[in-house]
Amino acid sequence: MKRTLGTLTHPVIGDNPITVQILGICSALAVTTSLATALVMCAALTAVLTVSCGLISTLRHQMPQSIRLIVQITIIASLVIVVDEILKAYAFEISKRLSVFVGLIITNCIVLGRAEAFAMRNPVGASLLDGLGNGIGYSLILIVIGTIRELLGAGTLLGYSVLATVAEGGWFTPLKLMLLAPSAFFLLGFLVWAVRSWRRDQVEQPEFRIRRPAAGGRP
Amino acid sequence: MTEIILRAVFAENLILSLFLGMCTFLAVSNRMETALGLGIAVIVVQGISVPLNHLIHAYLLVEGAWAWAGLPKVDLSYLKLISFIGVIAAMVQILEMVLDRYSPRLYRALGIFLPLVTVNCAILGGSLFMVERRYDFADSVAYGIGSGLGWALAITAMAAIRARLKYSDIPDGLQGLGAAFMITGLMSLGFAAFAGLAAP
Amino acid sequence: MAGPDPMSWWQRFRALPKDSTPKTLAFALAVALGAAIVVSIATVTLRPLQKVNLERERQARIVAMVSRAIGGTGTLTAYMVDLETGRLARDMDPVTFDAEAAAKNPETSIAIPQAADIAGLGRRAKHAAVFVRFEGEKPALLVLPVYGQGYQSTLWGYLALKGDGNTVAGLSFYKQGETPGLGARIMEPAWQALWPGKRLADETGTLRVQVTKGSAKGPHEVDGITGATRTNNGVTSLLRFWLGDFGFGPFLKRLKSGEIRP
Repeated sequence: MKRTLGTLTHPVIGDNPITVQILGICSALAVTTSLATALVMCAALTAVLTVSCGLISTLRHQMPQSIRLIVQITIIASLVIVVDEILKAYAFEISKRLSVFVGLIITNCIVLGRAEAFAMRNPVGASLLDGLGNGIGYSLILIVIGTIRELLGAGTLLGYSVLATVAEGGWFTPLKLMLLAPSAFFLLGFLVWAVRSWRRDQVEQPEFRIRRPAAGGRP
Repeated sequence: MTEIILRAVFAENLILSLFLGMCTFLAVSNRMETALGLGIAVIVVQGISVPLNHLIHAYLLVEGAWAWAGLPKVDLSYLKLISFIGVIAAMVQILEMVLDRYSPRLYRALGIFLPLVTVNCAILGGSLFMVERRYDFADSVAYGIGSGLGWALAITAMAAIRARLKYSDIPDGLQGLGAAFMITGLMSLGFAAFAGLAAP
Repeated sequence: MAGPDPMSWWQRFRALPKDSTPKTLAFALAVALGAAIVVSIATVTLRPLQKVNLERERQARIVAMVSRAIGGTGTLTAYMVDLETGRLARDMDPVTFDAEAAAKNPETSIAIPQAADIAGLGRRAKHAAVFVRFEGEKPALLVLPVYGQGYQSTLWGYLALKGDGNTVAGLSFYKQGETPGLGARIMEPAWQALWPGKRLADETGTLRVQVTKGSAKGPHEVDGITGATRTNNGVTSLLRFWLGDFGFGPFLKRLKSGEIRP
């Protein structure tokens, strides 16, 4: 039981797909201008990730080596198409704002990465949990960034005004930079810095260290 | 056409404005040689796959594409995701084989990066944007080459900067990934200044 | 053993190593088939819902534009019009009609004779999607798509007419690439507010609508934007084209004679 819980919770912070495994960054930056789009993206990715890990794990013993990659891509692509069609039918406005990024879940490194790294070698139950866990880890980052960007960039959260903007007669001047690309990079950088200051085991070792002379010694 | 290329390289750079291809960008921009190799691979694959996908989309998938066979109402555009990725994967495979046969030196130089290009979101993203913006064939060629160029430009610039940073003294938590994000953010800010660029 | 045994064939197949060619092919086929079935089922069942969404979105856009121009909404219904005869083409579906694509396709469009092509279009589609609000049997409001060559781009807009087919209820442009600060000001509400109440043709039926260079005189003229002469002329030309014989002229004639009904 502890092991299964571990499979689920480890990817949330300890092995977070974005901040540790460095996967799935593209969408984390592009869709977080508003919390609503971020949430839909989280749901879509978690769904595709969990189901595809489960399916690939089910087929892992039968899958011939030579067509392994393309079979995985086919399964993932089909799931993404289904999710895309569902979004176009039931959440049309949001699917238009997400535009190509739902389709890009296919190439989202997390999905293919977990399929290769975990689902191909583990039983179905564990793979499902691993997919779900990574989806939750991904969602966590997206929700944090989406909240900050929407709140500071437009004063709203999920479309509801939280900080009354000057345009509405309030006091808050929105930081328009938050709605542009660079802010996402900075925010993610700060987030990574914060997480790694808390969890020092995730700090990367630098390639070179300048040899500092001992105190009082010759330079 | 020049306008499309200029826009794709600067104002709508695939990495710095649209965030596509980040994973490989961050992972590979550590060394200049590898960054250059991947950049060239992306230009080639993008320059071929966007026009190719345009042809497939326009003549096989759109509604009315099968009118010549007496099936004018058939609309297969929902298959574009899977057909594009299939084409890209196949194309990369063929490119690998061609390079191995005709230019083994280049093939060895590119090494692992050619297969890595298949799952680069920038490649699929380029084709999807081509569909969304309804480019015709000439525009697709321009956009393919232009967007590949933009991606290569960003990754080589990033590698150059990171090479300098190897000797710098930055906080532990920022080491590696954190610094990479900050640098990319600053580059993105710089490229945002190109937003008003237009061909003369 | 008694005769060919399908079970042993199956057992021999299953005994093959998973990397052998027959098994690889069979696996690939099975995955392809499975994926195809799942995707097709999803798409076909969801398509009607998606169509409703698209139509709703298009309607919402038009309604927003119209309500900005004249206030009030009511339901606008979409119809297809055969431009040559001016009749409603009830067998065509306005939701799936793509005006831009239809104008380019030689089968669904006609070439406009040089002399009549004042809006610089080249070709125009044989049909157009219009929106009509009926009060009872009579049309109370029409919304017609109009487009034409401006100074350096194509101007795309909607012309809202009152039920008499001659009085402007509003003119709204939603897409253009003119000079910002000059021609692009045709998108500004302040300029668009000059249009309601203007009349397109005079009592004899001659088209008199014009965007003037100086200030407007009379019920047929609208103040042009200073410094955007070519854009102003573009608007005049496209309005005169679409209200003329090659545009909605036949349709408006039938409207005035009361032939257009819900």
